[in-house]
Amino acid sequence: MDWMAWTLPTAIFFATIAALLVIFTILAIRFPETPRRGILRIETTRGDRLFITLLGSAFINLAWLGVVEAYQPYALIVCLVYAAAVFRWV
Amino acid sequence: MDKTVNHKAWFLVLPVLALVAFSAVIPLMTVVNYSVQDTFGNNQFFWAGLEWFDELLHSERMWDALGRQLAFSAIILAIEVPLGIFVALHMPKRGVWASFCLVLMSLPLLIPWNVVGTIWQIFGRVDIGLLGHTLDKLGIAYNYTQDSLAAWITVIVMDVWHWTSLVALLAYAGLQSIPDAYYQAARIDQASRWKVFRYIELPKMAGVLMIAILLRFMDSFMIYTEPFVVTGGGPGNATTFLSIDLVKMALGQFDLGPAAAFSLMYFLVILLISWVFYTVMTNLDKREGV
Repeated sequence: MDWMAWTLPTAIFFATIAALLVIFTILAIRFPETPRRGILRIETTRGDRLFITLLGSAFINLAWLGVVEAYQPYALIVCLVYAAAVFRWV
Repeated sequence: MDKTVNHKAWFLVLPVLALVAFSAVIPLMTVVNYSVQDTFGNNQFFWAGLEWFDELLHSERMWDALGRQLAFSAIILAIEVPLGIFVALHMPKRGVWASFCLVLMSLPLLIPWNVVGTIWQIFGRVDIGLLGHTLDKLGIAYNYTQDSLAAWITVIVMDVWHWTSLVALLAYAGLQSIPDAYYQAARIDQASRWKVFRYIELPKMAGVLMIAILLRFMDSFMIYTEPFVVTGGGPGNATTFLSIDLVKMALGQFDLGPAAAFSLMYFLVILLISWVFYTVMTNLDKREGV
């Protein structure tokens, strides 16, 4: 795999996403759910909320890098708060 | 009666998953991997962290290209959607002429991008092109290789020429699905032409129009071949849209790291906008279904 120049951080990044997908798949099988309506006025399932969280987190990280310009890992804290908010209210 | 739930069926999609992983998922992962590294060729990579993202987010070059891209998409949508609806409303509903119009409308859609580019590249030339030469003889200064405004107009008119019929065909399909009873009811109520359009035709077309807008937005946001053939991104950087800039960076300068970071941000914007469109579309369907 050397020729593809994989690095540990990218591996961790994708392992996290893969783990999230697996966890949410298991959750969906074990605890089936009905979609609900939140503050966005759209029907969302757990999977939708995960997608909104991941996509939003990417933009939060970019905004942190481009606008806030503080220590990057702090952006992850904002992402966690955002994730909690999405899963609670969206 | 309850449906049998058997999750073992999921294993049947494994071959497709493997294929998609090989052709799409792993290449995308490679882009993410390149975006945090630097290379000087020879397949030697060095860790760069978030440097490229930082550099791009503070570079005028990317913001300018993004601005041009958004302006281009907004302009062609603002022209093609109303024009497409207008054409669809005036197409014959049935008979030989309806089929004739349908064939005529689909012709531009069958022409490959680079051929459309070449057609307009020659059409607009002042020395041998019909359009360029005529405008020149009429005393109108038009030269898309030197004048930014002329280049923009050429690229936009070309896109309108190529894709308005897609919007028209979709809108026409939406119009055809409206039962006659709706129009009869409107006639009984003596509804004006505008009211028929506003309260019958437009709501019935909303679903297909959303698809048309989504398709046209995505396609125009990723446009590469046509402006590349006609203007090559010029004059200067006037028509350098995101994908043209990206190709310059990735293949022209062989800056794999910055180009990978650029493509990821490009991808995220497209993903976000598509998600918004998709959500609006599915919610429209649900509301209609109620």
